[in-house]
Amino acid sequence: MGSTKSGKQDYKQLLMEYLETGDESVLYRAEQFSKNSIQQSISPDEIVNEHYQSLLDIIPDMDDRIKSSFQFLIETMISYGMAYQEYHVLREKQIELRSEIGVAANMQDTLLKTQVPQVDSLDIGVKSVAAKEMNGDYHHFIIDDKGNIGIAIADVIGKGIPAAFCMSMIKYALESFSENQIFPKYILDSINRVVERNVKEGMFVTMFYGFYDVDTNYFHYASAGHEPGFILRKESHEFEEIDAKGLLLGVESEVTYEEKFTQIEKDDIIVLFTDGVTECRYGDRFIEQEEVLDVIKSFSHLPAQEIVDSVYKYFERLQDFELRDDFTIAVLKRIK
Amino acid sequence: MNLHIDDFKNDDVATLKLSGEIDAYTAPQLKEKLLGYVKEYDEVQVDLEKVNYMDSTGLGVFISALKTSKENESKFKLINLQENVYRLFNITGLNEVIDIENTVQGGM
Repeated sequence: MGSTKSGKQDYKQLLMEYLETGDESVLYRAEQFSKNSIQQSISPDEIVNEHYQSLLDIIPDMDDRIKSSFQFLIETMISYGMAYQEYHVLREKQIELRSEIGVAANMQDTLLKTQVPQVDSLDIGVKSVAAKEMNGDYHHFIIDDKGNIGIAIADVIGKGIPAAFCMSMIKYALESFSENQIFPKYILDSINRVVERNVKEGMFVTMFYGFYDVDTNYFHYASAGHEPGFILRKESHEFEEIDAKGLLLGVESEVTYEEKFTQIEKDDIIVLFTDGVTECRYGDRFIEQEEVLDVIKSFSHLPAQEIVDSVYKYFERLQDFELRDDFTIAVLKRIK
Repeated sequence: MNLHIDDFKNDDVATLKLSGEIDAYTAPQLKEKLLGYVKEYDEVQVDLEKVNYMDSTGLGVFISALKTSKENESKFKLINLQENVYRLFNITGLNEVIDIENTVQGGM
């Protein structure tokens, strides 16, 4: 029994006081006593036993049947005590695991860090929020020496720690392309082979890859099973869907991706996201794609980073908002 | 929300009729059952008429089933998909590699 002698004395003291005075302040001290006992891992059956021992001192001529009933109660409480001990062990393990996951999440942040490029002609903003500790979404920027920009947005199906490892692999594969190779089709063809060869069964990646040519203001893009992107055209003030057909990464080894391009005019806004954006719910309802687009449109006069921050804030404020999946949204606004 | 799985078997064909939602919580039970069937039967069809929500975890299950069916030289197909569920297969390009029959009106 782990209870201390002074603990027993305290209990008996409290009990005597209560029996004599009926004072409610003693109940409060009893509560403190039980909190203390929890900290010292004293099990419930031990407390019942202390109660019994104290009673024997206080009421020496207790009825034998009451005595037996206490033995009965103590036996009954023992399995409670064991479950309680087990709970303690599990709790400690959980704390340990949580700190491990915290370390992994930190590592993920460090490993996957990407700089939002600063260029004259484009204003770029990104918001990425993880539904759980580890983010299954990934975005990455590449900038070549002419100032052209490559942007990858990916969603790893199969979440958590394995997904984070998978993303590091994709990041290093993306960074290994030389500057004259950063065209979308070429990149997706190659990344698909990397993912197919190296990722275990049951994990797949969708990716949208765009390449913005700062000389021509053409946006080239290809998609591996990713949510379509949109361009908010300044002239019409309407969204235009940008989608290219292509199988998600890692299912088959030889896939040829389709590449398309479109001219971007001044003040046009390119919007890319992951399906987490349309998979969040509030109450019983999903947020519809049109709704997301309407919200983006309503903030489109703002600088790029403020657009994405405001869009997230808008949804976060909805009643019963629930982020079921990681949420990433990127905005590229041509400003020159 | 739960996922309920009914199964019907005759000779070499097995049908799994699903109802409910396929997400990270329900996908593991579906995967276990579906992969077992794909290994055991020459032809497995999954009826998704009563599935009104599926997230990307569900896609993972069906891709695994597709791979397993190829290894076992068995047939695997999906039938009666609701529009919003079919949309996922369409976006991801999986409608080109998985045998899908019939989509039904309706949804949410």
